[in-house]
Amino acid sequence: MQNSQRTPGVVPGRLDQAAYRSNFDDLHPPLDSHEASVAADRCYFCYDAPCTTACPTAIDIPLFIRQIQSGDADNAAATILSQNILGGMCARVCPTETLCEEACVRQTAEGSPVEIGQLQRYATDHLMERGLHPFERDTPTGRRVAVIGAGPAGLACAHRLAMHGHSVVIFDAREKAGGLNEFGIAAYKAANKFAEAEVEWLLKIGGIEIRYGERLGEGLLLEELQESYDAVFLGMGLAGVNALRTEGEEHAHVRDAVDFIAELRQAEDLSSLPVGRDVVVIGGGMTAVDAAIQSKLLGAENVTLVYRRGRERLSASTFEQELATAKGVKIVLNAQPVAFNSEDGKTVSSVTFAYTDDSSTGFRLSEETFTLKADQVFKAIGQSLKGVPGVLETKDGKIVVGGNGRSSVEGVWAGGDCASGGDDLTVTAVANGRDAAEDIHAVLTGVAG
Amino acid sequence: MANLASEFVGIKSPNPFWLASAPPTDKEYNVRRAFEAGWGGVVWKTLGSEGPPVVNVNGPRYGAIWGADRRLIGLNNIELITDRPLQQNLREIKAVKRDYPDRAVVVSLMVPCEEEAWKAILPVVEETGADGIELNFGCPHGMAERGMGSAVGQVPEYIEMVTRWCKQNTRMPVIVKLTPNITNIVHPAEAAKRGGADAVSLINTINSITSVDLDAMSPEPMIDGKGTHGGYCGPAVKPIALNMVAEIARHAETVDLPISGIGGVTTWRDAAEFMALGAGNVQVCTAVMTYGFRIVEEMIAGLSSWMDEKGYASTAEIVGKAVPNVTDWQYLNLNYVTKAEIDQEACIKCGRCYAACEDTSHQAILMKEGRVFEVDDSECVACNLCVNVCPVEGCITMRPLAKGDVDERTGEPVGDYTNWTEHPNNPGAICAAE
Repeated sequence: MQNSQRTPGVVPGRLDQAAYRSNFDDLHPPLDSHEASVAADRCYFCYDAPCTTACPTAIDIPLFIRQIQSGDADNAAATILSQNILGGMCARVCPTETLCEEACVRQTAEGSPVEIGQLQRYATDHLMERGLHPFERDTPTGRRVAVIGAGPAGLACAHRLAMHGHSVVIFDAREKAGGLNEFGIAAYKAANKFAEAEVEWLLKIGGIEIRYGERLGEGLLLEELQESYDAVFLGMGLAGVNALRTEGEEHAHVRDAVDFIAELRQAEDLSSLPVGRDVVVIGGGMTAVDAAIQSKLLGAENVTLVYRRGRERLSASTFEQELATAKGVKIVLNAQPVAFNSEDGKTVSSVTFAYTDDSSTGFRLSEETFTLKADQVFKAIGQSLKGVPGVLETKDGKIVVGGNGRSSVEGVWAGGDCASGGDDLTVTAVANGRDAAEDIHAVLTGVAG
Repeated sequence: MANLASEFVGIKSPNPFWLASAPPTDKEYNVRRAFEAGWGGVVWKTLGSEGPPVVNVNGPRYGAIWGADRRLIGLNNIELITDRPLQQNLREIKAVKRDYPDRAVVVSLMVPCEEEAWKAILPVVEETGADGIELNFGCPHGMAERGMGSAVGQVPEYIEMVTRWCKQNTRMPVIVKLTPNITNIVHPAEAAKRGGADAVSLINTINSITSVDLDAMSPEPMIDGKGTHGGYCGPAVKPIALNMVAEIARHAETVDLPISGIGGVTTWRDAAEFMALGAGNVQVCTAVMTYGFRIVEEMIAGLSSWMDEKGYASTAEIVGKAVPNVTDWQYLNLNYVTKAEIDQEACIKCGRCYAACEDTSHQAILMKEGRVFEVDDSECVACNLCVNVCPVEGCITMRPLAKGDVDERTGEPVGDYTNWTEHPNNPGAICAAE
């Protein structure tokens, strides 16, 4: 270890190997079978269960927990996966505290819900570790569907279509499948290359081909896909990054948080990943929190997350905010960057912020400013739709879709972060992909028009 | 502070908590530890005749069932009577009784069903200074195959005969331990009384197979791929034991027969319940086998505080206190009408009451907008199932209707006490009226 937390500049190896391992290990260690049995015993098997209602993929939670109680984790996993094929990842990344666990009657009763997320992980891990895939592909129909994006929405759509016997080709802009599961989620939420393993497991259904390095609008044209395939599903997420347009943004070590997170997720050796001593993250969403926490975990001495509005507007969940604080991230609210300063004219050395006034009369900058030392700055002020063919109707930066994911163009469906109506969550993307697949299937088999 | 001192068939002990004849009382070492912990008495593990002792299996002797967090709910055993030489046990009993004169030491016995066998063992037990004997007519496994234990306890004539032999051959009080593996507990109790028994103790363990190993296709506990029925005990058997104790306590022929209550006693409250149903004292086994001897501290403190709170000065005052309220179904008040009532503030909206009532009972709970569950009095038969399945204690209660109130289900006003013996639908009642 040549560097320490106090080494100035953006440098790798601030920590020893053991610290990297423990910092990026599972955020919540998995339950063992006894813990699972005790946790499962707390479930009341509610009638018309509120947790199931709260789940965007409507997993039959009381049933799968009862299956765990009876020592049948594999069937529990089948119950989960039949509704949510990425149930393994969702068990890790879902904001359960605002979904199923918030609705749990034990939350109402005693402020301590059944650990649904952890139990879901127990069941899905059990099945996946045994290499079992509980679904079979129907007789091939000869129909072909193109799916854009191998992220949660695309994968869920492809799996359901493949189950129904259709052939699916997924086109993904990157060199690896998984989308945000692989490139965007914080490492400690998907430890041990889980995203990769899950994709590999999902593809066991058969009938799915993935073509890498294929980006819509760059050699891959919607009209050609429409000609060659019986249906097209768009699940390419939000590939663009919102610009800050602040003075000095071009200085070295001022970069997009999504790139930093993707780089971190793909790093084989975290000690080789450089990070600043004084890191400033700009933004208030999950990406901002993930970048801030992971900078801290990589050994940055000071990490400050600065958001231009008040706490009530922070889109990162309370749990995420508390996690950030617990890991040592300082959260500053109601401040917006006005200049990225550089002492040597090349690399960033500090950021000047103006306090903001976000009242009923509108949002404006105040006269009062402050400056934070910064040798590395991550921008995380939101992602945007990119490369959407003009023929598709869009609104507020999303592809407009109907109930089953149908876009304004016949034969083209969309879901996940790129489409309207979602919550930018893995679980809603899975629900969108699955439901669109069912609708595509209905159309292709003549059940629906 | 309430006086917990107990006198049972003339045997004195500082509290009514005895250890039952079982593994915890097989050796001097264990019994000394029990007395140091505060137990009022022990029934020494069953002695057999002079000669080569029995042998036990060398695989598992116990099987169990558990709650999710390994809380032991029921225990089963296939251990036999003591497998240590008779003389060694006698020496140890004598030493312990000498050192703990204020504690009760009763010796459990099981010898072949021949008068000579009993005549031989009684004097040597008496010689130890033990306070009494307990005849083990209860063990349902192993020894029963050899014509002892429950094989005797299942034949009232044998119980009477052996009890009489013992009473004729010893000055010690004789307690007859009954097996629950019979059709009606009062018959063996009557037989014991006819034979001159000073008391009965019950229940012994219940024939059981705790579970089946579905890979080996063998009952548990499994000995080399096979299993046999063992005696079941622990918290799970308490309701069965309470009923049997109460049946003897209220039966005309046995109403005065002292009872030592056994069967799943785990806390002071269990003990108080047994005593209220007529037990003069209680014997404990599974609870100490699960948690160790120290639990007696909780039992002593708990029983004492409860007695103080209720104003009972001695344990004799609580014995049988609930017996007058144990009756036959036919005498229950058919005009006692209650309706379930759900406390909406306490309700956590799990819907278990709804599922239970809708699927398996009388469709008397309505599920309304926003998961609000309400009782439909016009359908509620007051079965109490909703109370029993509700996870929130006290959330659903049974509200009794006052006399004159109209029961919405029947449209009839609530009347005075009436029971089945007087009911018009009872052919016997009509016959009597004619």
